[in-house]
Amino acid sequence: MLTPTYMDYSSTTPVDPRVAKKMAKYLTMEGDFGNAASRSHYYGWQAEKAVDEARSQVADLVGADPREIVWTSGATESNNLAIKGIANFYHKRGKHIITLKTEHKAVLDTCRQLEREGFEVTYLDPMANGLLDIEDFKNTIREDTILASFMHVNNEIGVIQDLQTIGDICRENKVFFHVDAAQSVGKIEIDLASLPVDLMSFSAHKIYGPKGMGALYVSRKPRVRLEAQMHGGGHERGMRSGTLATHQIVGMGEAFAIAKAEMKEESERTLRLRQRLYDGFSDMEEVVVNGDLDQRISGNLNISFNYVEGESLMMAISGVAVSSGSACTSASLEPSYVLRALGLSDELAHSSIRFSVGRYTTEKDVDDAIALVREKVEKLRDLSPLWDMYKDGIDLNSVQWAAH
Amino acid sequence: MAYGKKVLDHYENPRNVGVLDKDATNVGTGMVGAPACGDVMRLQIQVNDEGVIEEAKFKTYGCGSAIASSSLLTEWVKGKTLDEASQIKNTEIVDELELPPVKIHCSVLAEDAIKAAITDLKKKVN
Repeated sequence: MLTPTYMDYSSTTPVDPRVAKKMAKYLTMEGDFGNAASRSHYYGWQAEKAVDEARSQVADLVGADPREIVWTSGATESNNLAIKGIANFYHKRGKHIITLKTEHKAVLDTCRQLEREGFEVTYLDPMANGLLDIEDFKNTIREDTILASFMHVNNEIGVIQDLQTIGDICRENKVFFHVDAAQSVGKIEIDLASLPVDLMSFSAHKIYGPKGMGALYVSRKPRVRLEAQMHGGGHERGMRSGTLATHQIVGMGEAFAIAKAEMKEESERTLRLRQRLYDGFSDMEEVVVNGDLDQRISGNLNISFNYVEGESLMMAISGVAVSSGSACTSASLEPSYVLRALGLSDELAHSSIRFSVGRYTTEKDVDDAIALVREKVEKLRDLSPLWDMYKDGIDLNSVQWAAH
Repeated sequence: MAYGKKVLDHYENPRNVGVLDKDATNVGTGMVGAPACGDVMRLQIQVNDEGVIEEAKFKTYGCGSAIASSSLLTEWVKGKTLDEASQIKNTEIVDELELPPVKIHCSVLAEDAIKAAITDLKKKVN
């Protein structure tokens, strides 16, 4: 079977063969399968050594101390641990949290849960380009604000927030700053030794490591304390109990080490591919890039082909695996909340496609995708009553639609 | 989500795509849905002197199931009287295309579209 070309690297990535090879050494009897918490024998020591090395590899990529890295099951757990951990530990100091409407659901739904527990959360609107309005943020900080949580790079539109500026404001106001960096780590420079960030969430599977593996950076200077969310044997300095998954941890470490070595070259290469993809569409009528094109991660292109519904376009270009902001499959029929928060019209949000290129994308993949998309957009526009209306000069906003 | 064979067939080879003269006295036009909801259907029917639908055309903005539902409907209404066409139920479309629950609204929209086209035509006749 001919498999589709993968252009959905923001969803997940394949494990790098170098990573998989290393992971396989930590599973079987012949390998280092031990429990890192077994302090009394060889098998435990071997596992502990592997875990320590991986912890250093993760810390190295982001300019952190290895003691600041806490292993988790992924960025979702890291986000939960950071936000609930701060809220539960510092609730006597205040009960107000600030975040952005375009955050990942792992942040938004965690905040919703805290609201049910008596915390107050402000969900800020981003600017039209997807970036945080700094003045707006400053004005939202109150006496009782304990935490601000903003993602480094947005998963749908790839825009990059200014962590330095936001972090400085947090420090001035004694507000803890948590950053979901699942989409940025290994793709753009992060130096936690200089960045004013207290907590940062990482995922392994977004940068060619295994799924089900992540980490949370917890700053030691200034010291940040967390209420554990997972209780048990007191692993990870009491912040996250559970026997360490050595093979997963080793995989994440190796993936992060490879990213450190190859990041610069790789981001230049993916930027060229992204640009090539964009150039292939830029002369088409009624095509809009969603989110800021300059303050943006190299591999992401989120683009709306107006008057063509995203899901039907994905179906038409089934030879290329991408994702869409259309939510025709969801019960609510609501399009992407991220694109809506940018102020996009519903039809533009419904018409969006997210291409994300990565380590194994070739120029030929990009050229084939361009040709396929152009052909199918034309076909679907021929089928679209909205395209007819646009061509007849009818303003769709002036039409009385019967919402259903 | 994987699509059913019949949906794919109609989606890849849509029947009766096009436009009829909406001002003609024997043409009824039904436009239903909203861009905000992600689907808009325009269904047009043309009747002969005996009141039988002799031509049907559609254009649809929407997901594959919405396109397939309207394509199927244009096939079904041809040769039917207006009364017969108005009897078509969305559940028949669901059964024929094997639509999953999340796509039932597409069939509802198609039923609305033929009803709207018939209403439009009857207005012209009276």
